[in-house]
Amino acid sequence: MNAWDYIVDLFANVRADWLEFLYDHGLASSLIVFLDSLIGITLMLMFVFPIVIIFIWLERRFIAWMQLRPGPNRCGPFGLLQPVADAIKVLVKELIMPAKGDKVVHWVAPAVLFFSALMVFAVIPIGKGELGALADLNIGILYIVAIGSLGVFAIFMAGWSSNNKYALLGAMRAVAQLVSYEVPMVLSIVGVVLIAGSLQMSRIVDQQTIPFILLQPLGFLIYFLGAMTELNRSPMDQIEAESELTTGYFTEYSGMKFATFFLAEYVNTLAVAAIVTTLFLGGWKGPFFPVWAWFVVKLFIVFLVILWMRATLIRVRIDQIMAFSWKFLLPMALINLFITGAEVLVWEEWMSGWASFPWPFMFVNWAIAAVLILLWSRLFFKLGGGRVEVGEVWARYSQGYGVNPQAPVP
Amino acid sequence: MLQEASLGVELRTEPFVLNFGPQHPSTHGVFRMRVTLDGEVIMDVEPIFGYLHRGIEKLAEGRTYTQNIPFTDRMDYLASMVNNFAYVLAVEKLAGIEVPERAEYLRVIMAELMRISRLLMSVGFLTNELGAMMTPLLYMYREREKILDFYDMVCGQRLTYNYMRIGGVSHDIPPEFLPAVKKFVREMPGFVDEYDQLLKENEIVLARTKGVGVLPADVAINNSCSGPLLRASGVKWDIRKADPYSVYDRFDFDIPTGTVGDVYDRYRVRIEEMRQSVRILEQAIEQLPPGDICAKVPNLIRPPKGEAYGHIEAPTGELGFYLVSDGSIAPYRFRVRPPELINLTVLREISLGWKVADLIVIFGSIDIALGEVDR
Repeated sequence: MNAWDYIVDLFANVRADWLEFLYDHGLASSLIVFLDSLIGITLMLMFVFPIVIIFIWLERRFIAWMQLRPGPNRCGPFGLLQPVADAIKVLVKELIMPAKGDKVVHWVAPAVLFFSALMVFAVIPIGKGELGALADLNIGILYIVAIGSLGVFAIFMAGWSSNNKYALLGAMRAVAQLVSYEVPMVLSIVGVVLIAGSLQMSRIVDQQTIPFILLQPLGFLIYFLGAMTELNRSPMDQIEAESELTTGYFTEYSGMKFATFFLAEYVNTLAVAAIVTTLFLGGWKGPFFPVWAWFVVKLFIVFLVILWMRATLIRVRIDQIMAFSWKFLLPMALINLFITGAEVLVWEEWMSGWASFPWPFMFVNWAIAAVLILLWSRLFFKLGGGRVEVGEVWARYSQGYGVNPQAPVP
Repeated sequence: MLQEASLGVELRTEPFVLNFGPQHPSTHGVFRMRVTLDGEVIMDVEPIFGYLHRGIEKLAEGRTYTQNIPFTDRMDYLASMVNNFAYVLAVEKLAGIEVPERAEYLRVIMAELMRISRLLMSVGFLTNELGAMMTPLLYMYREREKILDFYDMVCGQRLTYNYMRIGGVSHDIPPEFLPAVKKFVREMPGFVDEYDQLLKENEIVLARTKGVGVLPADVAINNSCSGPLLRASGVKWDIRKADPYSVYDRFDFDIPTGTVGDVYDRYRVRIEEMRQSVRILEQAIEQLPPGDICAKVPNLIRPPKGEAYGHIEAPTGELGFYLVSDGSIAPYRFRVRPPELINLTVLREISLGWKVADLIVIFGSIDIALGEVDR
């Protein structure tokens, strides 16, 4: 093995050397398993943190580029050291504890959010074998869904313990919004699971001779929109809603406590990008380049799409976003699930001899996705999608809320 | 809320009071709204202002007429030039001063450039309050920068110009000014189209602004609203046409009006007004005559005893100055008709029953600058 190969598979090689070292010194096997997972966690952090730092830098530069301004360019070449400068600044800031706030909950909340975001990476495979997931659970997706919904607790804990009305409003929005988006999101993942025939992340990647986005366009869309909402990213950032609630649930956080929330948000973004990559974009698969390079490139593509949406779109109102989940995404997800189930059945019963991959269904699914989206976007507002017609405003006036210009104010 | 009512189930929670401001990202300065909320629904709004009160009206009584011009810069600081204009118009009316024609045209050019800049800010901050991550606002800053550069050329200032004088203007335009403005006037309609393309048919913009914060025409008139707020409700009222001042009667332009009076209409009216301002600019540059830029006026103006009210169509509404003279070098009474403060009085009526997010948007669509509201 030459030096280049060693560097390319750095993580895997370090781990292998470390295990070899432990075996040579005759440690108990249970202890070795423990130390192995410890090094695994360290390597995971070594993978996550540099990418998060690049994400932070990239977000600021990319959005600045879209907004006709230079962005951070003073710290290091191209402002690359800006996240470091920010970190130092934030570390020396005072930690403020609001009066009459719940001190314990206020301190625990950032940690809960951060770890729930970080734990997702345990099951994400960056490559095969040594580069595989830290813990390649056979219920990988289920684990991700379960861990992902832990974040709501942290957000509500932060909002509740801050003793601040903005924070409480943000937290209440978070609970309503994140819980309702969990449903279509999980249903859209089930489509992938049905095709792959497994909940295990590595199996799902193995099954993708072509990326599942081609087979599951609707599922991808629903998952992506749901995940955007989970991330509190514009245009679904009602939870933070800078122009309304200052910064929502973490209004009262400062210093490193704030930074932990901030970091957790980016780790969450990275996690969603990783999940999208693994489930829909073929994971680490790709020609010519090493697998981890493909994985990282796909992560960044997903991230740039998220940034693009953030820089372009405006925020939707809370009732509109709830209506979007229950009246648009959920029916779509159910239809997608039904169609995928039928297709899997048809493929396995009658058509499995035709080819190694269900090509015909790709075209069918894209057509169905296009027709459904067009149809539903026409129907959506008739179903009460949140857009208010002027006649309705007058109806609202007469109900006692608001002012009827002819009547005295109640 | 509507759904509750139709179900016939009363799901009322206890109302609570939330203070928006005075320090808040979208209160346009130090404005405060004491909002009573039922969950997310607004039950009551109590505007509280005065945090930026500097007593300009009282201070002005101790200074000469010329010394008062810089005070007007500091009212609506996003439209200083227009404030100057209204004040000198009132003083000229009071003292009976004739203004040279070239000065009148220069004033119109400056005022219309200012209007474009102010409307850009209104629309930009409105999109910010709708939740855009600064992107439309920064694109609008690009054009505002150009206008500020023109002012820099003419009077060396970028925010508080103190450009207009009683009887004319302080400086003639430099030779590079007119070609630059001509270029700007040529390009500006394209830029306005660009903003419109981004926002006009955006589904989220429509969902957030259509039907929100409807201000019926009769309520607007009863509350003495003016400017784009009034015109969006369908009332064709513009001081430039209704009571032409300066040389506005020589220009050909339309008054854009809305139909419903919702936030979307206010946005549309502002965008259209930019186009009309460009039209006025084109004609004004073409007709700009040579000549003096300032009438011969004494350093200390002593208007005869009496009173005068000069009003103009500021970008936000009817801006008026009411001056009473007792024959001395300082005004006996200096009273401002602040369009933004008067427009703000409808805030409570049009935002009740909407959600917190809508309150911010409705407030943004009224478009105030605290310098003028508090004075």
